[in-house]
This record gives sequence, C-alpha cells and structure tokens, in this order.
Amino acid sequence: MSEPLTRQEVAKVAELAMLELSEDELITFTGQLAAVLEHAQDIDDLDVGDVPPTNHPYPLTNVFRDDVIEELDDIRTEVLAAAPESEDGQFRVPPALGEED
Amino acid sequence: MNDWQHNDTPVSSTMLDAWRVDSGVPPEDLDLPDGWEMVIGLEVHVELATRTKMFSPARNHFGGEPNTMVHPVCLGLPGTLPVVNGRAVELSIRVGLALNCTVQRCVFARKNYFYPDMPKDYQISQYDRPLNINGWIELPSGHRIGIERAHMEEDTGKSTHVGESGRIHDAGYSLVDYNRAGVPLLEIVSHPDIRGPEEAKAYVAELQAIVVAVGASDGKFEEGSMRVDANVSVRPAGSDELRTRCEIKNVNSLRSLGRAIQYEARRHVDLYRAGDRPVQETRHWDEEGGRTRAGRSKEQAEDYRYFADPDLVPVDPSPTWVEEIRAALPPLPRARRQALIDAGGDPASCAIAVERDLDGLALAVSAAGGDVPRSLVHIVNNLVVDGAADLDPTGFVELVRMEAGGELTSTQAKQILGEMVSSGRGPAELAVEHGFEAMDSGDLESMLDAIIADHPDEWQRFVDGEAKLQGVFTGQIMKATQGKADGKVVAQLLAQKKAIATP
Amino acid sequence: MSGHSARALAASVASGAVSAAEVVEEYLGRIDEREHEVHAFNLVTADAARAAAEQIDRRVAAGETIGPLAGVPIALKDNLCTRGVATTCSSKILEGWIPPYDATVVERLAAAGAIMVGKTNLDEFAMGSSTENSAFGPTRNPLDLDRVPGGSSGGSAAAVAAGFAPLSLGSDTGGSIRQPAALCGVVGMKPSYGTVSRYGLIAFASSLDQIGPFSRDVADSALLFETIAGHDGRDSTSIPAPLEPITPRLDRGVDGLRVGVVSELAGGTLEGFQPEVLAQTRRAAEALAAAGAVVADVSVPSTIYGLSAYYVIAPAEASSNLARYDGVRYGHREPGRANTAAMMTASRTRGFGAEVKRRIMLGTYGLSAGYHDAFYGKAQRVRTLIIRDFERAYRDFDVLLSPTSPCVAFPFGAKADPLTMYLNDVATIPSNLAGHPAISVPFGTGEDGMPVGVQVMAPMLGEPVMYQVAAELERASTDGTGA
Repeated sequence: MSEPLTRQEVAKVAELAMLELSEDELITFTGQLAAVLEHAQDIDDLDVGDVPPTNHPYPLTNVFRDDVIEELDDIRTEVLAAAPESEDGQFRVPPALGEED
Repeated sequence: MNDWQHNDTPVSSTMLDAWRVDSGVPPEDLDLPDGWEMVIGLEVHVELATRTKMFSPARNHFGGEPNTMVHPVCLGLPGTLPVVNGRAVELSIRVGLALNCTVQRCVFARKNYFYPDMPKDYQISQYDRPLNINGWIELPSGHRIGIERAHMEEDTGKSTHVGESGRIHDAGYSLVDYNRAGVPLLEIVSHPDIRGPEEAKAYVAELQAIVVAVGASDGKFEEGSMRVDANVSVRPAGSDELRTRCEIKNVNSLRSLGRAIQYEARRHVDLYRAGDRPVQETRHWDEEGGRTRAGRSKEQAEDYRYFADPDLVPVDPSPTWVEEIRAALPPLPRARRQALIDAGGDPASCAIAVERDLDGLALAVSAAGGDVPRSLVHIVNNLVVDGAADLDPTGFVELVRMEAGGELTSTQAKQILGEMVSSGRGPAELAVEHGFEAMDSGDLESMLDAIIADHPDEWQRFVDGEAKLQGVFTGQIMKATQGKADGKVVAQLLAQKKAIATP
Repeated sequence: MSGHSARALAASVASGAVSAAEVVEEYLGRIDEREHEVHAFNLVTADAARAAAEQIDRRVAAGETIGPLAGVPIALKDNLCTRGVATTCSSKILEGWIPPYDATVVERLAAAGAIMVGKTNLDEFAMGSSTENSAFGPTRNPLDLDRVPGGSSGGSAAAVAAGFAPLSLGSDTGGSIRQPAALCGVVGMKPSYGTVSRYGLIAFASSLDQIGPFSRDVADSALLFETIAGHDGRDSTSIPAPLEPITPRLDRGVDGLRVGVVSELAGGTLEGFQPEVLAQTRRAAEALAAAGAVVADVSVPSTIYGLSAYYVIAPAEASSNLARYDGVRYGHREPGRANTAAMMTASRTRGFGAEVKRRIMLGTYGLSAGYHDAFYGKAQRVRTLIIRDFERAYRDFDVLLSPTSPCVAFPFGAKADPLTMYLNDVATIPSNLAGHPAISVPFGTGEDGMPVGVQVMAPMLGEPVMYQVAAELERASTDGTGA
C-alpha cells in the first residue's frame, strides 16, 4: 500500500474495468489516483487486526421475499425499446470473438 | 462462467491444444497405463425448482419466448435491488442437509466480471461464507465422496450466435435472452475424491437422485437443470499428491462426463510420460471430436474482486429452522437402498430399484413376507416402462406371490405385469382371462414321454450330445400346452431324462 | 405563494383556498424566469405536473381524502427512477433511458399527492461536490451564479433555493445532500441508513447511499422525510421498524439536551475549515446553550480517518455498481465495434466522464487481487472504529454538532484537483460510514456573505432528537441570535 502507484497498474485496472485510456489520460489518472491513495495512507498505520469489518451500518439478517411471481405487462416490449439494438425479442450485440481492425 | 467461451461455444482450430497438434490423433485406448490414478473433483450446478428467480420476482421456468420471463430486478436495470427468495434458501438447506453438510450463517458476495449474458456484469454468489459446508455423499459402491461446499448463486442468460456458418469466430452477431438470468442455482463442489469416470457418473447420478428426492430440482440434464464441470488431474497410483488440474466445461450428459474425464486423464498421463506437464486451464469438451480443447490462449484476466454484496444482508438459518427442514426430509436414496438390502435384496438390484423410484414395490413385497429377490428381478428387468411408477403395490405383491407359488411361470408373470401397468388391472383377473394355470410337473412328464416316443431319432441325437435339439422338445411341449408349461421345469425334466438315458 | 412552506401550500390546496393548478403554474413560472441561468433541471415535466394538479383539484372538488403533500410541487434528483420519464444520472451513458418503473419514494410521493415538476441535475452518478461533473453542464448557485451549488445534489438544492419547488429529493453518499444544502442556504437531511428505501435510486455506493429531503425549513424537511420513510420489501437493507413521529418534537426546544461539538471537525485536528464557518458553528452551539442545552466539546478521534475509508469503500462499491453500463441492454452504445468486448469497452469509455472513471478505477484497484485486504478490508474495519467512537460520544451526548462543509460556496473551477474536492466531504462522510442521520441547517453567513450550514448528527434512528435540535437552530438563526 505504501508503494507508489504505477502506470502499468493503472492500465491493468482500466482493462479490468473495461475502460480505455489514452497515453495522456493514463499519466493524468495515475498522478491523481496516486495522490488519493497517498492520502488514504493514514489508515495504513491503524492497528485494526481485531476489529471486525462493517458491511452494513444496520445489522439485519434473513431478509426474504415470498416465492411469488410478479408478472409485468409486456415487459419485453418495454425493455427492448430501451435496447441499443434488438431482434426477434432479444438483445442484439456484436459477435463474441469478432476481429477488431 | 469465467470467460467468453461459456458453455456451448465451438473453438477454432487455431486454438487446439498443443497435445492435439503434436501427437495427432488421440490413442484409441484411453485407459490409464498401470501405475496411474485419476483425481477428480466435480462442480455441479443445480437449478432450484422455485416459482421465481433467486433475487427477482420474475418467473423461473425452462423454455418460453425469449425475454418474457424477466423483471427489472433480474435485468439489473439501474436502481433495482435484489431480495433473496426464501424458498430458494429452504431448498438449498434441504440439499445441504441431504449431503450431510453443516448449514451455517452465510453472506452473498459479488463476483465481478464483464459478460454480456450477465445483466449486472457481476454475479451474486457466495465466496468465503457459503451456506453449506463439509458434507459427503455415499455412493452405491459404499465409497464416500466429500462435499466441500454447496452455495447459492444466480444463473446467467444465454447468447445465441447468428452467422452464416454458425461458428463463433465468424462475423455476424449474437442475440441475448435473459429468461435464465437470475434463476437460482446451488453449486455443489466435491472434494477431489473421485477416482474414475464411472465413479464420477455414479456421483452425479446419486446427486441427481438426492436433489430430486428432496424436491429441490427436477434434475434434468437435457434442460440444463444440472450442469457439471470436472476438475481432472492424475498422479502415480497410491500417492497423495495433487497435481495440476484442468477444469472441463461443456459436459452435457453423464456419458459425455465419463468420456471427457477418461480423455483428459489420459492426456495428462501422456504429457507426464513425455516429460511434459499439463498447464492449469479451462478446457471444453468437444462431443463430436471426442476430445477436450483448450480455451482461448489469452483469456480475460481472472480477478473477480469478490466482496460482500452491500445490497443483501446475511442469511443466518436458526437451528430451529434447520431442524424443521431436516425433520421434513423424505427418505434419501442411500437409506432407501439400505432398507431394500436389509429386506434381502442384492445391492446392485437395490440401487437400480431406488434409482427408478420403484423400491416401494419391493418393500411392499417384503412387508407381505414375499419373495424380495424375485420382485427385484421384475423391477430391474420388466418394469422399464412408462407408468411403472403408478403400479398398484398390492397387485404387484399378489403377482410375485402367484409366481413364487407356481401358479404362474416367469414368462406368464412378465406378460401379466406388462398388462397390469398398461391396464391397471389385477394379476389374478388377468391370469384367468389368459387361461394361465401352470401345469404341474407330473402332467408335463407324461406329455414329454409321449413327445419323446413320437421323435425317437431326435431324442437319440439329443442324448448323444446334440444340445440344440433341446429346443425341438421344448417347442413341442409348449405347443402341446399352449404355452402354459414353465420353461424351467421343462428344462429340468429333459435334463433328468437325458441323464437316465445316457449310458 | 412561492415563499410559502410545503405545509402551508398543502393546507391551502386541501381547504380549497387555492387550487393545485394555481400552485403548479406559480412554480412553473418561476422556473421559466430563472432556470436558464441556474440550470437546476435536466428535465422540467410541466405537462405531467399540470395533469397531476388537475387530478388533485378534481379530487378536492369531489371531497375525496387527499395526501399530506397534495398539490405540493417537488423536484427529484435525476438518479431517482421515474416510470416513463427519462432518468439520466447526468451521464451520457444513460442518455435517453426511460425507466419502466418508479422508485419507491416516487410511489410514496405520488400517494401523498406531491407533484413532480422535474428531474434535477447532479454530478454524474452522484460523484462530486459541485455539480460540475454533470454531462449536461453545471448547475449554478442561485445565490451567486458564479459559484457552485455544491453537490452532488446541486440541482435539487438549487431548485429549492431558487424557489422552483418548495421541496426536492436528493441522495447522500458522502454529503451529497447536506453539503449543497449548506452552500445554497437550504435545509438538507441524510436519514439513518435503511429508513428510506433505496429501490429505484440508481446506486453509487450501496452501503452508504440514502435518499433525503431538501426544503426551505426544518418542519417541511421532517414532513417530507416522514412521507418517504418506512419499510420497503424491495430493499433488503430497509429497516422493518416503525418510525417515531417527528413533527410533535419540533416545538419542544432543547432544554436539558446534551449537545457535543465534534472537536476534530470544529477547528481541532482537521485543517482547511474557513474561519467564518467555524465561527458560525460556535455561535450555533452558543445559541443552543442559550436555549437550555448542555453544550461541550467532544472528541470523536477516528472521524479523521473517515475520508480515507470513504474513498476506498465508495469507489469499490461504485466500480461494481457501474459495471452494468456496458451498452448491451440500455443506454449509450458506441457503434461500429467488431466484438462484444470492444463494444462494451468503447461504450463505457465514451459514456462515462472523467470523475466516474477515476472512481471506478480507484475502486477496481482497491478490490483487486492482492489489494483487497489492504484497502477494502481495512476500510471496512476503520468503519467499525468510527461507529464505536460515535457510540462512545453518544453515551454522553444526544446529538453532535459540526460545520456541514469546510467552506461556503466556491467559484467554478476552484477545486479542479480531485483530492482537493474530496476534502470537502470531510465533515459529512462520518455519518454515512456510520449510517447515522445528519441534517444541515442554514446558520448565518460566511465569506462574501454566502450561507453557512451547521450539521446536527444523531445516533442510528435518532431523527426525532436531531430534528428537535435542528428546529431550535433554525429559530435561533432566523431571530438573529446566531446570524
């Protein structure tokens, strides 16, 4: 955590997040993210080994829904209307393995 | 589900693994050479038989027009939130208990990866705190296979490639249907305790019987209700090392599972014997080619960035709830097999009877003090028909009694059994209608003497050792008795007379 | 009429003294006058508002029972889903998307008779403190058009401040309601986590997000909160307990209540607070003391780590929540890509603005293999420390006091560096991490005569006592005791 953030790391993170960065953006973002991470180093020194993590501020358990169907009128038409491309009642996307130029 | 070649995707020839390219056609004989053993762990995904999806109130049903069984929640529309289907939890606990697991407080975690079939681009699954842990399955062979975990998660949708040749690497496009997205799954992960393809098949068959028995799933392979991934490695027989394993996907039937494991294990042995070694990877079973193939060489980086889903809260089944579920479990296959064995059945037939869900018939025979082995012969051989499950146990008990008492020959019993299933009528009634009254052996003997007297030449040749002539005498007596003679008794009489006549 | 409280408007409509249609026209007129210079809205739903008003008026005429907010115009932050009405999160990636469903709060407002007049601008996906990060251009502070309104709910704050609506809703993940309320001189409240359903709120950071009210006064804030709060089966984190009524407490005063001024946030450990802001906070404390409260400084030591924990947790959750914007099912798709992955990458790259990308990458980094424990895991433990520190403080105090924002409204472009902007949330973040309620009440002015907001924090589900103190601050502020 105390190692400075590298451009390679930022490039890898961008790839994981499916974002494309130009060379300029990579430099800018690396500097900005490094500054934020450096600021966050103040929690580095805290000894929290025996402190449990908080996932939810208000601890609830066993929140269940009844197994009851909720049919929505013509939901398909409505959601496909929002689709960038659709065909035969389905969402259309470019092929999985098409070659990029 | 961790790469772009999810299930059913063919892989181009350029992606063939090195082994295939280097060694040409796979060896005809895939048996492992002496001194090697297989180490197999299975991951089985079971779709749960709920009305609605895991986190969404959309209908959970196989088939149907694309994108009709969807709801804003399972489409992951912005602003929607998941809520756990309580029924799915209950069914998951049922399976966990049937697999002898410990049921524990658990949390849902997000498994993050981009995938167009997955509406949120993360899958809600369980990671470091699964619902069911540390169980086992005992196979009919008596071997126990450890269960590492059985955790809840949601299914993905399905893409169909549309292109001229239908091959994935062609230009063209894909169509996505989210009907399956969000269907509740239980992923059951075994320890690597399985030692061969037959045992793997037995394990999956047993698991299927269990999930069906507890009402958690319909267990249908053909509809994808059960899907199996196999982790396969090999090692020198008797060692306890764990070598590099490959995960085989796209196995769509029990038969494919056996073939894929056999192929993969042999591939590993051959690599080791050639001084090489397998690489850890996901491979896809090619049913037509009869081989496994490597996925794309450069797969999407696997970094799932698991973290507890902040939209969901922990599931913490109370001991009371768990015990209620346990108490309501139906008898499980293992216990049912044991009950039949205890009633005098042979283990192999008992396993088949339970598998076909016909063990109740044999138990009814047992309860009436009847001939259990004889009943199992019918169950195993003569009841592989539709409607067998609806057979009236009382009638079956009577049939077995009539046969054991000599009132019916085995041939007649088989015929009557068939008609009982198709017509729903009782055996006594059917026997009278057919005029089936077994001859007693005294009558048979005098009729046989008459036939021998009519065929002296044939009889002499039979006595001299021409065994096939037995059929002539059997046929004659069957004709004379209109089929009422018991074949076994005829054979015994012929053997006796031949022994006397032999010098 | 536009100076009237929501309560007064609702009463007039219910009594028939004024029609809902007249109310709506009045506010639409205001919008017509000034919206071009303020840009509070991404969309003004004038026709739908007029239709809704007519319906209310018919029901009043028919003598039907109408809701507590009947005829009251309200502006909704454009990250709240509205059936049939575009909802954009001020992002290009959602441009044109029309939700097929209403958020739970939208249903509850409709049931109460409130009338939506439009969807308000925000920092893209609620990530920001100035509303400069909107893909559709910034919102201006109605009190000084050269300054930001704060953010991320800048449009909702500006709408109330400009008199475009007496009420609005925002969302608050790290201060996104309270900070713009402070900068625009209105009342803004972040409820206890789990009291208001998040169903239909487009997620930024799920364990921190809450929807809350903007209003001109404390009583309207309480009324709007009571309207939208309450258990919802569609949100698993919704608290299944009834709320204690708040309105009866507003006139009770603060005699005997114990008020702690958080020393770390009031001139102690943390730097960067403007002197006038600190001075007004002190005056607010004095005003409460004068009204009978027992006031003392209290240390909540781990609040100083809040910013770091927040900027690990919120981006981590956001990186996952924003994965679904991939161009497959809705929203922006970049055309002409040869395969799915390239299409998804291009759509995200073109669809998201720089701040959203920064936070997605920050969060992805913090969750990735090898860093999860050092970042996300650790931040979740720091969160526990902060909750424990608050619990300790609330043994001795009923509520805690601090400035809402370190500074008053700042000029556009003044905080171009991301970290500088993030530091703006230092006083508001601890309540989000703890899940506690907090309200910003205008209390006098600071630099250049811009308004200062004072924050009242309370323990989990402590809205009643929090509002009780807020009402007293409001009285002190308006009668001149403070300002």
